[in-house]
Amino acid sequence: MALGGGVFVLVLVGVALAAPLIAPYDPIRQSLRARLAAPTLAGADGKAHLLGTDHLGRDVLSRAIYGARVSLLVGFAAVVVGGILGVTLGLLAGFRGGWPDSVIMTLADAQLAFPFILLAIGIIAVLGPSFPTLIVVIGLSGWVTYARVLRSQVLVLRSREFVDAIHALGGSVARVIARHILPNVLSSLVVIATLELARAIVLEATLSFLGLGVQPPTPSWGGMVHEGREYLDSAWWISTAPGIVLMLTSIIVSRTGDWLRDLLDPTLRGE
Amino acid sequence: MRGLLPFLASRLLRAAISLWLVSTVVFVVMRLSGDPVPLLLPPDAPRSEIFRVRAELGLDRPLPVQYAFFLGNALRGDFGQSIHFRQPAFRVVLGYLPATLELGLTAFVLAVLIALPIGVLSAVWRNSVVDQAAMGLALVGQSAPTFFIGILLILVVSLNFGLLPTSGRESWRHLVLPALTLGAFAMASISRLTRSAVLEVLGADYVRTARAKGVSEALVVAKHTLKNAAVPIVTITGLQFGSLLGGAVVTETVFAWPGIGRLAIHSIYNRDYPIVQCTVFLSALLFIAINFCIDLIYGLLDPRVRAS
Repeated sequence: MALGGGVFVLVLVGVALAAPLIAPYDPIRQSLRARLAAPTLAGADGKAHLLGTDHLGRDVLSRAIYGARVSLLVGFAAVVVGGILGVTLGLLAGFRGGWPDSVIMTLADAQLAFPFILLAIGIIAVLGPSFPTLIVVIGLSGWVTYARVLRSQVLVLRSREFVDAIHALGGSVARVIARHILPNVLSSLVVIATLELARAIVLEATLSFLGLGVQPPTPSWGGMVHEGREYLDSAWWISTAPGIVLMLTSIIVSRTGDWLRDLLDPTLRGE
Repeated sequence: MRGLLPFLASRLLRAAISLWLVSTVVFVVMRLSGDPVPLLLPPDAPRSEIFRVRAELGLDRPLPVQYAFFLGNALRGDFGQSIHFRQPAFRVVLGYLPATLELGLTAFVLAVLIALPIGVLSAVWRNSVVDQAAMGLALVGQSAPTFFIGILLILVVSLNFGLLPTSGRESWRHLVLPALTLGAFAMASISRLTRSAVLEVLGADYVRTARAKGVSEALVVAKHTLKNAAVPIVTITGLQFGSLLGGAVVTETVFAWPGIGRLAIHSIYNRDYPIVQCTVFLSALLFIAINFCIDLIYGLLDPRVRAS
């Protein structure tokens, strides 16, 4: 199961990296003669379009292949941003205790108590959609789980005698973190990051679908579903092809995360 | 009832902090966006006019003062004039609220009515075809993007079979697909949780005792199991109700449903920030109020919760 999931992600990464080599056509080149062509081996422009063309005559397969770049780039980058932020804040809350701990955990509670997509929409509405904004906003939406797990791990270890012994021998906090805390939470972090990746990819697609994510003509799965919405009746493939790829990606990645969790760290179930 | 008051107070405090944080973020984001005055005036407006409007909106005052005014106005429901509708933003948003509530409530009721029996049956017939099919579907419902579930429903139910309309808000028939789409995630979560809650209780000693006494299986489930599985189910159900609000933005956009979610998206395109602000604030208020009520019900149902 995890193997299958891992292979799927690797293949997807390969497709994204090699997009210019694999994609049959330029994803943003329009061809008015070949507009809204159904999946075909010989279109009106004399070319094969395995997944058809969209309302501007662009090849849907090529766009879906390039769309993987956006999904994975934003997804992985957002996971990194959220992970760094969450791990840092979690360590800070755990080691410092006191008011930094209270502030950080109150923030976490407040964020969990609110549908983040509304806030994301507000922020993007004002700052304007761009790759950096998208990555930061989606990253911000996912720091809480990391922070909670790190904090509780620190609290558990901080009171152990060997940590006192390290301090007594002159070992630094950094040493405790690097040698004792991070190795202990590594498997939890892998599980959280996998589940977060699925969430980040879906959130990016959702924002792009709403017109707040990646802007045309750059192809993204969410944006393609949005573009095809008006042609559902006559050209169903425009929305369906990227939508199904997106749905499969989300299901497989999150199932892999579930599976890793049950294998590596069943205590995360409640999170 | 011992301990209920402190519990209530701590939850109320938490709700207030959440609301304050959301409004602060809204304020900061608004300030980051720069000067809204040029949006309000024609491009060739004289400088004196710009200064007059700036003063009128209080934008010439120090930031902390502006912040205090913003919080005070927000509490009174004053978010300024909508640029597009030329009416108070709060009134505009209130006008769109009933459609969203109608959709949200229907989605919620549908989700519960469908998910509860599925969850119970999946637990009772564990590992049967019914169980496996239902849980497989629930997994899809939990990880598939809401907007694409909506698109698929339109494609299959409306366009392919012509059973229901694709968009708008006229009759109950217009409500079915949006409600199913919005409720899909909640349906999946509630059915999975119901299944595991019922499974847990089915393995309990008192259930075995009841069976040993010769109580029929149907009665065991109905009388001994459901009541005890209720607390976790009520909690997750309540939480799902709150998160429906977030999904409403997407669902309303897919089905052209005239609620506050679609209003917010349109207002973003129109750069109508007072409306966007008001929608975010009002949704936060609704969401936090709902969660507060759920905490309260939970605290009443299960005294152990108050201690934590």
